[in-house]
Amino acid sequence: MADRPPAPAAARPPSFQELILKLQTFWAERGCVILQPYDMEVGAGTFHWATTLRALGREPWNAAYVQPSRRPKDGRYGENPNRLQHYYQFQVILKPSPANSQELYLDSLSALGIDPLAHDIRFVEDDWESPTLGAWGVGWEVWCDGMEVSQFTYFQQVGGIDCDPASTELTYGLERLACYIQGVDSIFDLDWNGAGVRYRDVYHQAEVEFSRYNFEYADTDRLLQHFRDAEAECQALLEHGRNAAMALPAYDQCLKASHLFNLLDARGVIGVNERAAYIARVRALAKACCEAWLVSRESKA
Amino acid sequence: MHELLLELFSEEIPARMQARAADDLKRLVTEKLAAAGLVFERAGAFVTPRRLALVVEGLPLHTADTREEKKGPRVGSPDQAIQGFLKSTGLGSLDRCEKRTIGKAEFWFAVAEKKGVETAAVLPELLVQAIHELPWPKSMRFADASFRWVRPLQSVLAVFDGKPLAGALPRGGSLDPLAFDDGTSGHRFLAPRPFKVRNFEEYRLKLKEAHVVLDREERKALVERELQRLATAHGLTVKEDRGLLEEVAGLVEWPVVLIGQIDPRFTALPPEVLSTSMRTHQKYFTLMARGRVTHFALVANMVARDGGRAIVAGNERVLRARLCDAEFFWEQDKRATLEERLPGLKEVVFHARLGSVHDKAERMATLAAEIARHVPGCDADQARRAARLSKADLVSGMVGEFPELQGVMGRYYALHEKLPAPVAEAIADHYAPQGPNDRCPTAAVSVAVALADKIDTLVGFFAIDEKPTGSKDPFALRRAALGAIRLAVENGLRFRLRDAIDGALIAYKRVNNLEPASRASLLDELLAFFADRLKVALREKGVRHDLIAAVFALGGQDDIVDLLARVDALARFLGSDDGANLLTAYRRAANILRIEEKKDGRAYAEDPDAALVKAAEETALVARLETAEREAGGGIGREDYPAAMSALARLRAPVDLFFDKVTVNVDDAALRANRLKLLNRIRRTMDQVADFGRIEG
Repeated sequence: MADRPPAPAAARPPSFQELILKLQTFWAERGCVILQPYDMEVGAGTFHWATTLRALGREPWNAAYVQPSRRPKDGRYGENPNRLQHYYQFQVILKPSPANSQELYLDSLSALGIDPLAHDIRFVEDDWESPTLGAWGVGWEVWCDGMEVSQFTYFQQVGGIDCDPASTELTYGLERLACYIQGVDSIFDLDWNGAGVRYRDVYHQAEVEFSRYNFEYADTDRLLQHFRDAEAECQALLEHGRNAAMALPAYDQCLKASHLFNLLDARGVIGVNERAAYIARVRALAKACCEAWLVSRESKA
Repeated sequence: MHELLLELFSEEIPARMQARAADDLKRLVTEKLAAAGLVFERAGAFVTPRRLALVVEGLPLHTADTREEKKGPRVGSPDQAIQGFLKSTGLGSLDRCEKRTIGKAEFWFAVAEKKGVETAAVLPELLVQAIHELPWPKSMRFADASFRWVRPLQSVLAVFDGKPLAGALPRGGSLDPLAFDDGTSGHRFLAPRPFKVRNFEEYRLKLKEAHVVLDREERKALVERELQRLATAHGLTVKEDRGLLEEVAGLVEWPVVLIGQIDPRFTALPPEVLSTSMRTHQKYFTLMARGRVTHFALVANMVARDGGRAIVAGNERVLRARLCDAEFFWEQDKRATLEERLPGLKEVVFHARLGSVHDKAERMATLAAEIARHVPGCDADQARRAARLSKADLVSGMVGEFPELQGVMGRYYALHEKLPAPVAEAIADHYAPQGPNDRCPTAAVSVAVALADKIDTLVGFFAIDEKPTGSKDPFALRRAALGAIRLAVENGLRFRLRDAIDGALIAYKRVNNLEPASRASLLDELLAFFADRLKVALREKGVRHDLIAAVFALGGQDDIVDLLARVDALARFLGSDDGANLLTAYRRAANILRIEEKKDGRAYAEDPDAALVKAAEETALVARLETAEREAGGGIGREDYPAAMSALARLRAPVDLFFDKVTVNVDDAALRANRLKLLNRIRRTMDQVADFGRIEG
């Protein structure tokens, strides 16, 4: 406790990194396993095995983590103040869903300094669905003064398999939330560390370069080959899984395929009809990985 | 009498499901009360984002004692009859039956007496059943419960006659049943403390003190009133939006209207873009100053300590971000012409068997140019061009983001690249009219393109046998046909549907190499479909469907405007004394013919033989029929339907006289046959104008 950094000045809203620290502390105090990001390129925190795979089966599981998320198509060369091809999500998974899920979530907002009596907080219908994961749930987007600050979902299915028990999944859009709390209009203007470093200093160059890569320079033939390789590797690992369980390595390959598909999509080389076919291919992998995971957990138990 | 109060308190119920859920709850509970023999005076259901409530007034404390009697067979009947009776009444033996004398015989009677039960004992299970049966469009499971609800159900308040009902809702899994009680709580943030209630009046009042307006209609009225008041105070006008009002009433328990300003930087964006972005993403009402969109109104669920300043500031910031995106699309989209976007439409599927939207636009272009010939003042080249470009905005960034701006954006982009105004307007208008109350285009080019769109759709789906059935009409073909009818009627367009359908078929053949299995039956089906739609469309205007059928039955009636002129003249004619009388005469003639032709096994279709025309009344009638036939035919030829009707009207006197003085069924077979032929001649002459046999009433 002695090494604890000094509390931020009361006048200054929390910096970007303080926000993350506060969320981690809050959820750690409520019994969550605090994980680090999944070391794969993923489109959202949900894709982390800690959510996708652990949402399945009967074992209780509570975890929270930051997940860098990549959406190649959302790149705007660093010119749009609100849209990035790489951003952060803070993800919480609570299994089984606690009866006071909403209260827990609202308490976390209070912990971030959002006073529910000074703002307009609303739960607006928004059911979540991930066609590539074969997953869906029902829930809301949470509004704070008209700003969508989180996605709140009661998971119902993952990989086409019923979630039993169902879990609560919370996803905080960290940049948006930080913009809101710091009162800035552009993500790039966010105060990152409370000591002079801004979001721009950390990520602007990456946004420009990756937008170029995603939209202009990514070699589509190579990407297509990588997609096929990842798909084949995933299938092969699942095949071997009959003797030696490898659900997790297989899932890595599935996510590689998913990200490669997103890159191909951003490059505009996937037609409408092909698009559905690619999504179906990734979903088939995800489904098989989920099934393999369940089998491996059951045999352990 | 006594009152039941039920409240199902849950996490936020989606706005679009609320009204229906309240109706369903009321229906289910009242049906079950009736089935349990519990009569009541009144029931009312209420809904907010977090609660579904029901009050039933005027219930008894007990159900009434009932006594049912059933008469059985005669005493001493064969055993089989006795056993059958016992089985049907559920009684084991005759010991439990009575003997009664009716007339001279003695019969067995089964008497079942049931004691009434306490209402409070019946209600819990009844309510549990109703809760389980309540249908949600989409429901969820929570933790390991088997119970499904729209969102987690938190508590159940169930009070009867001032006391909580003893009962519980089983949820399955490891979750305890949810025990009924008499407590609830108010607004999530403003009044979260639980409180108890004994009756509906107290419930409603305590909720209001706890910042919850229970009645949805009251919330709507409140929002409307506040919107008007604040707008007026700011010198603004509100863009009316009933749909949004319905929605926001389902998003708040305590509506607080606040007004915010749109960053002036964005007021150069098309107003539709501003209001759509605000409405779709943010549920804001659009406010205007001097015809320009400058402000917005949001409906918060919170009475904030600072009077809403932080809430407004937050919303303004969100809106800036949203509009930044809209501005990005607007600037990006303007860089490509509509023409340059056309190849992109090849990727957008219209229907798997009817090709891409690019194909559709190609077909529409041919058809619109064809239809343009029948639209006064329509430039065929402009119609062709507008049709080709009409769908191009579907692949623009803005329409990708806001699909409801299709057409509207196309118009802006067309104006931006300086296309002729009629082309731009037609791009915006061509989806209209989308229903009976939608605006119907009147500009010539717009009318041609709008018609081409609808006829292309109808012909395509009929050609691949995707016709509406019953309540299923997934491709909105009824709406398309109604749209085509309105376009023709309201613009007085003279063209034959048959030709337009042919035009569409040629385009399908050329663009998609698609041909229907049978062109003739496709035509028949489509024309019949149009006739049906026409009947529906005109029913509301008080036009009788049988008159439409009477004119349509003449065959070849596929010019809608012409058909309506005939129907109109026919209606006037039948409303006149002559018309009504002549209809009676027509029926008399038709009846006699039907009976006699059946009896004789032959038809009397030939013209009567002049040599056999004997009676003076007959001679007069024949002469008049010839004139009438000629005059009516002439009137029809000139499309002067009132004249055709007058020609028929002049038949009345001779026809009446004929029936008065002349006997048809005389013994002389040749004479009889000739008179039957004369009757047929009356029918034929009248059928020139309309099939009078189809007129009802």
